[in-house]
Amino acid sequence: MNFDHSPEDQAFRAEVRAWMEANTPRDPSGIATGMRIGKETQFAWEKTLAKRGWLAWSWPKEFGGPGFTVTQRDIFDDERARAGAPSVGPFGVMMLGPVLMHFGTPEQQQYFLPRIANGEHAWCQGYSEPGSGSDLASLKTQAVRIGDEYVVNGQKIWTTQAHWADWIFCLVRTSTETSKQQGISFLLIDMKTPGIEVRPIITIDGHHHLNEVFFTDVKVPAKNLVGTEGQGWTIAKFLLTHERTGIAAVGDSRRQLSWLKQTIARDPAMKDNPHARRRITELEVDLMALEYTNLRTLDRISRGQSPGPESSGLKIKGTELQQAISEAQLEFGGLHAMPWEEDVDGEPVYRAASTRYNFLRACTIYGGSNEIQKNVLAKVLVGL
Amino acid sequence: MDLTFTSEQEILQDSAVKFAQKGYGFEQYKKSLAAPGQSDPAIWKQIAEFGWLALPVPESAGGLGGSTLDVALVAEALGAALVVEPFLTGAFLPAAVIAAVADPSKHADLLGQLAAGDVQLAVAYTERTGRFDPAHVHTHGDRVGDGYVLNGEKLCVFNAPNASHLIVSAHVGKSIELFLVGRETAGVGLNSYPVLGGGVAADVKLHDVKLGADAHIGDLSALEIGLDKATAAACAQALGGMKALFERTAAYLRTRKQFGVPIGTFQALQHRLVDMFIEIEQSRSMVLLAAAKADGRDATERRRAVSSAKAYVGKASKMVAQQAVQLHGGIGMTEELDVGHYFRQLTAFGTRFGDRDHHLDRVQALSDAA
Repeated sequence: MNFDHSPEDQAFRAEVRAWMEANTPRDPSGIATGMRIGKETQFAWEKTLAKRGWLAWSWPKEFGGPGFTVTQRDIFDDERARAGAPSVGPFGVMMLGPVLMHFGTPEQQQYFLPRIANGEHAWCQGYSEPGSGSDLASLKTQAVRIGDEYVVNGQKIWTTQAHWADWIFCLVRTSTETSKQQGISFLLIDMKTPGIEVRPIITIDGHHHLNEVFFTDVKVPAKNLVGTEGQGWTIAKFLLTHERTGIAAVGDSRRQLSWLKQTIARDPAMKDNPHARRRITELEVDLMALEYTNLRTLDRISRGQSPGPESSGLKIKGTELQQAISEAQLEFGGLHAMPWEEDVDGEPVYRAASTRYNFLRACTIYGGSNEIQKNVLAKVLVGL
Repeated sequence: MDLTFTSEQEILQDSAVKFAQKGYGFEQYKKSLAAPGQSDPAIWKQIAEFGWLALPVPESAGGLGGSTLDVALVAEALGAALVVEPFLTGAFLPAAVIAAVADPSKHADLLGQLAAGDVQLAVAYTERTGRFDPAHVHTHGDRVGDGYVLNGEKLCVFNAPNASHLIVSAHVGKSIELFLVGRETAGVGLNSYPVLGGGVAADVKLHDVKLGADAHIGDLSALEIGLDKATAAACAQALGGMKALFERTAAYLRTRKQFGVPIGTFQALQHRLVDMFIEIEQSRSMVLLAAAKADGRDATERRRAVSSAKAYVGKASKMVAQQAVQLHGGIGMTEELDVGHYFRQLTAFGTRFGDRDHHLDRVQALSDAA
């Protein structure tokens, strides 16, 4: 047993590191400070990655990805985070891509996958509804099949980047006759279709990431159904469980913690503060436990096994750690973290802290709240 | 990266788990507590026959030359079975210290007896004013003629009452050196007592203890290496205890009924159980890391991995043990149930080999030095 990377993987790491250092966008308004970056910067970055063939970094070669091994994927994302580069929008590459590879028709694969991989299509995810949060299967947005089309009526909410997206993948109700799960289908909808209206929701970090999306008699070609009618819940579950590595956000947490550590080291008011240094050390130990738990999952996947019990806590522990680091950033920043405006001078980490702290409250809510994760795990562990 | 075990390790783990499940149990644990020195000679003999005591002994000294991971696999199984015999403090730690000195083959005889289960040893390094720091030593050894004379006091030396020899740390001039001291040597005085969680220890007084030149066996670095390996194995032993508590608690949640339903249907309790499970899995990652790095050549990596593991598992084990008692309710408070005994062992683990604060300090010092 060893945790050492092979010479090939070390060479791969060096290659990615050099490329990231040369190509990571230097956006004074956002990236270096960990603040939210703008649409132009995000899309330009994704185009840069696409040009290198690395936008769809988690995909196999046959579908237009670079064909990284599981370990290489981890190294790639680790180096991406290390360089302080933004992560790729998750909805096309990480979520819809694997769904289409697994459930899509050849036509859907040939049309959509290359457009995700080259950055032409930005996607968003239409899951949650006003009455359907953790109880997702109760969703009501209706799709009625009329001839070669579905007619969609209803409302989605908390739709991240809907205002940037060209397309949305939606869970819709195609039947009320069967169980609530079996009546759900998975539909791809062009955001330019008449009858779609996007309204912004401003979150507590003061920014616009989220939206409400309203559908009024939206006509969707039947060929945009993924899988079969009623298979939507199965696909949704596949999507949630497919990508287990990366869910822990080890690389990003390490980046944020090391930024904070460097900031404190040059802050005359904090550098000799024993409480701050102890808190950093405690966070480093927690990060190490998360990192090696993530590596255990990675090792299993590399050997063709499904993730083991160790993976169950990755989302819970990973998001708790993200929040704990941002809380330390906010508290260490003290008065420097008070200005609620971006163009005030100061240490970037402190200046971004209040925004990040507010924003990151979301991470224990999205992707299945941590309480829902625990309910699911308890079912297995208690077995009642 | 390859996190699989060798087939030898799988066999080793398998035999340790089988022993723990069939050869030891709550009844044997209570029997062992009542045995002299809280170590049942029949069990110690079995442990020797399995070859587990020879694992840390280098091949050059007639042992198996096993890795810390090998020992950790055994320790985890022993921890899951409440084994109170001093596998770590009486055998692995002293053997690992001797294995780290310049020429361990010089001590082949003693190590052979240790591996055969004929003797137990103890490492006397902790002092009243030094808490857990092996570099904090007031005991001193003065050169007299060809030999040394030791004077000083050691605090809470685990397994000293059972040991034929003590490995004692002492200042010789500015450096810290290790001496092998027969327990019966004139001037060695033990104030012995049982300890929290099982096992025995003694405060050791060294008054004009005269030793020959050959009693000097090594220096502080060997002690530090041995302590790191034993700390990694102690984390594995704690992991076994945590796992056992988790299984008992999950079973209790399924069977115990209140308000007409199993208490495992209550969400507040379910989430507590999930939290225990997650802490155990994270602890397992740290145990694997510490075991892998404990034998590595990079001392900084070794120290960071081991101390991070002890800091993490120390906290996680307290959480798991506390919740196990809480979820069992009143019955968890009683001595008649094994849960409380695991609780005490894990509580003791939090302190033994250095508490969380000690190890966080060590991680922090490494970070400052970088």
